[in-house]
Amino acid sequence: MTDIMDTNTPHQTEDHDVTEDVTKAYWRENLTLMGILLSIWFAVSFGAGILARDWLDQFSIGGAPLGFWFAQQGAIFVFVALIFVYSFRMHQIEKKYGMDDDND
Amino acid sequence: MDSTLLWTAFFVIATFGLYIGIAVWARAGSTDEFYVAGHDVPPMFNGMATAADWMSAASFLSMAGIIAFSGYDGSVYLMGWTGGYVLLALLLAPYLRKFGKFTVPDFVGDRYYSQAARIVAVICALFISFTYIAGQMRGVGIAFSNFLHVPIEVGVIVGAIIVLFYAVLGGMKGITYTQVAQYCVLIFAFMVPAIFLSLQITGTPIPQLGFIGNAENGTPLLLNLDRTLVDLGFQPYTEGLKSKLDVFAIALALMVGTAGLPHVIIRFFTVPKASDARKSAGWALVFIAVLYTTAPAVAVFARSNFIDTVNESTYSVEAARGEIPAADLPEGSTPGWFYNWERTGLLGFTDHNGDGRIQYRADPATNEVTTLDRDIFVLANPEIGNLPGWVIGLVVAGGLAAALSTAAGLLMVISSAVSHDLCKKVLVPGMSEKQELLVARSAAVAAVLIAILAGIYPPGFVAAVVAFAFGLAAASFFPVIFLGIFWKRMNKEGAIAGMSTGLLMTGAYIVHFKIGFSSVVLGVLAVILAIAAAILFLGTRQEGKSTPALMYSAGGLALVGLLGLIGVLPNIPMGTTDQWFLGISPEGFGTVGMFFSFAVATAVALATKTPPQDVQDMVEDIRIPSIRAHPVHGNAPAE
Repeated sequence: MTDIMDTNTPHQTEDHDVTEDVTKAYWRENLTLMGILLSIWFAVSFGAGILARDWLDQFSIGGAPLGFWFAQQGAIFVFVALIFVYSFRMHQIEKKYGMDDDND
Repeated sequence: MDSTLLWTAFFVIATFGLYIGIAVWARAGSTDEFYVAGHDVPPMFNGMATAADWMSAASFLSMAGIIAFSGYDGSVYLMGWTGGYVLLALLLAPYLRKFGKFTVPDFVGDRYYSQAARIVAVICALFISFTYIAGQMRGVGIAFSNFLHVPIEVGVIVGAIIVLFYAVLGGMKGITYTQVAQYCVLIFAFMVPAIFLSLQITGTPIPQLGFIGNAENGTPLLLNLDRTLVDLGFQPYTEGLKSKLDVFAIALALMVGTAGLPHVIIRFFTVPKASDARKSAGWALVFIAVLYTTAPAVAVFARSNFIDTVNESTYSVEAARGEIPAADLPEGSTPGWFYNWERTGLLGFTDHNGDGRIQYRADPATNEVTTLDRDIFVLANPEIGNLPGWVIGLVVAGGLAAALSTAAGLLMVISSAVSHDLCKKVLVPGMSEKQELLVARSAAVAAVLIAILAGIYPPGFVAAVVAFAFGLAAASFFPVIFLGIFWKRMNKEGAIAGMSTGLLMTGAYIVHFKIGFSSVVLGVLAVILAIAAAILFLGTRQEGKSTPALMYSAGGLALVGLLGLIGVLPNIPMGTTDQWFLGISPEGFGTVGMFFSFAVATAVALATKTPPQDVQDMVEDIRIPSIRAHPVHGNAPAE
C-alpha cells in the first residue's frame, strides 16, 4: 500500500507552479482546438443548413433533402458531438501541461 | 373527456407533490447552497436540470406546432436553441465556473472592476428574466384552464405557489433537483405520443428515422407533404418565406443569446469544477437534443396527419354535440379528436360552402378550419395516436413541468440579482450571510408576486419575449463576457460602452418594430432609466466617485417617465416590416447589435488605458483549470 502511495506523490504538484511559456503553449493549443471545432459548428449550421442549403438539397438522406435535414436534425447531432470531443480533447491537453483539475 | 380530466388531475397533483417533496429534502442553509447548490451537482444531473431549465412551455407545447406551420423557417429555432450550447461549452462555461462566483453580474463587476458595469448587468439580467418569466406563468395558467377547467387566474396562482415553495425553501439546490424530476416528466410526456405517432404514420418507432422515412404510399413523407401543401395553396414544407440573411441573423442571435442568458449560465456555476462545466454542457445538449430532434419529426407527422384525416372529411354535427360516439362514424368522417378540441376553442370549423365537409386551404376565403391553434399539434397527438386517456394527463403534466422548471430558474436569477448583486455588492456591503439569505428569499417572493400579476394581466411586451430575451442577451452579455475571458486588454470603459451600445440599439429596434414607442412605452423606459441612475448614484457613493449629476438626471428621467405614463409624450407609430434594416426581423437584430457591441467595446478599450495588473492576473487564472485561488480587485471578502 505504502508503495503505491509513494509513487503517486511526486506527480502531485502542490502549488501548480506553471511557467509563462507552458501557459502560453497550453492556451495556444486550446485556441487551435476551439478554432477547428467552431469552424465545424459554423459549417454544419450556417453553412449546410442555410448558405449552401439550396445546393445540398440536390442530395438526399433517406427521404429528406440534405440541406433541409442539416437545418432540422443534422446540425444538432453534430453540436452534441462537438461538445464531447472538446471536453475529451481539452482534458488530454490539460493533462499534458499538468493543468487538469482532476485532483481539485 | 371525464376520465381524461381525472387522469390529468392525478398527474398534475402527483408531480406537484413530488416537486414539493424534493424541495423539503433539499432545503438550503447557506448562501453557497442557495445560489449555486453548494457547487457540488454532478455534471450529468446538472445537464438534466439545465435541459429542464432551458426548455420552456413554448419548447414543449408550441415549438412542434410552429415548425409544422413554418416548415423550413422553423429551423432557426432548432439550430438557434441548440447551437448556443456549443458556444457555452467552448467559450464561456468552463471559465465562468473557474471564476467561481455566484452570478453573471458578479463576473462583469469583478472583471471590469466597476460598480457601474455591475449595475448595467443587473438591470439587463432583471429585464430579460422578468420578460421571460411572465410568459411562463401565462403558460401555466392557460394549461390549467384548458385541462382542469379552472380560471386562468387560479392556474397562475397555483403554479406560482408551487414554484415559490421550492425556490424559496431550497434555492438553487431545491431547484436543481426538482428540475431533474421535471426533465424526466416532460421528456417522457413528449416522447410517448411521438413514438406512437411515428409508428402509426411511418412504421418506425424512432421519430428521427420516421422524419426521413416513407409514408404509407411508399413516397418520402416530406415529399408527400410538400406536394399536398402545394395542392392546397400553401408554401412547400421544405421551403421557407424568410430571406437567407434573416434566417442567418435569427439563428445566430438565438445561438449567441442562448449562451448569454443568465439563467442558463448560472446553471454552470453549480458543478464542482471547470472540466465538469464542459461535460455538463454536453449532457445538457444531449437531453435537449432528444426533444429538439423529435419536435421537427412530430411537426411533419402532425401536419401530414392533420391534412390526411381532416381535409375533405365529413363533419358530423351529432358527434360534435356528443350525441353519438365518434368511433361509430363511417369511414371518411372527421376524426373524434377534432370534436374534442373544437370544444376547447383551439380548433374551429366554419362550413363556408355548406357542403358538410371540412376544406383546409391556404386561402382564407375558402379555408374552413377557421381556428387552428399551433399548440394543438402536440396536445392532440395522444388522441391522434389512439393512446389511452391517461397519456393526455401526462402531456399536461409535462407542459406544466416545462413551464415551472423554466420559471424557477428565472426566479433564481431575479432573486440573486437583487440580494447578491444589488444589495450585498452595491447598496449594503456589510450585510451578513443570514441577512443576505433573508433578502434573497424575500426577493424571490416579490418576484413571484410580480410574475403572478404579469401572468394574469400579460403586458404587451411579453409577446416579444423571444426577440427581447435573446436579442438583449446576445447584444449585451455575450460580447462583454467573451472579451473579458479572451482579451486581457479589455477594460472597464470598453465593457460599459459595448454593453450600452448593444442594449440600446437592439432594445430600440425591437421596441420600434414590435411594440412602437408610444407615450406610455417612453414613460416606462424613462422610469427604468431613472431607477438605474438612482442605483448607480447610491452604488458609487461609497467609492466616493459619485456625482450629483446622476441624482439630477434620475430626477429628470422620473419626471419624463411620469409625463409619458399620463400620455403627454408623442406617440411614434410602430415600424413596418418593409422598413427593417437589410430585411432583418427584430428576432434577428440581436446579431447586428452584437457586432456593433463588439466593435464599440474593442475600439473604446483600445483608446483607453489598460486594465489593472490584478485584473489581468485574474483573467490569466480563469483560463487555467487547476490553479485555484486568484486575486480579485476591490474589497470583495474571501468566500
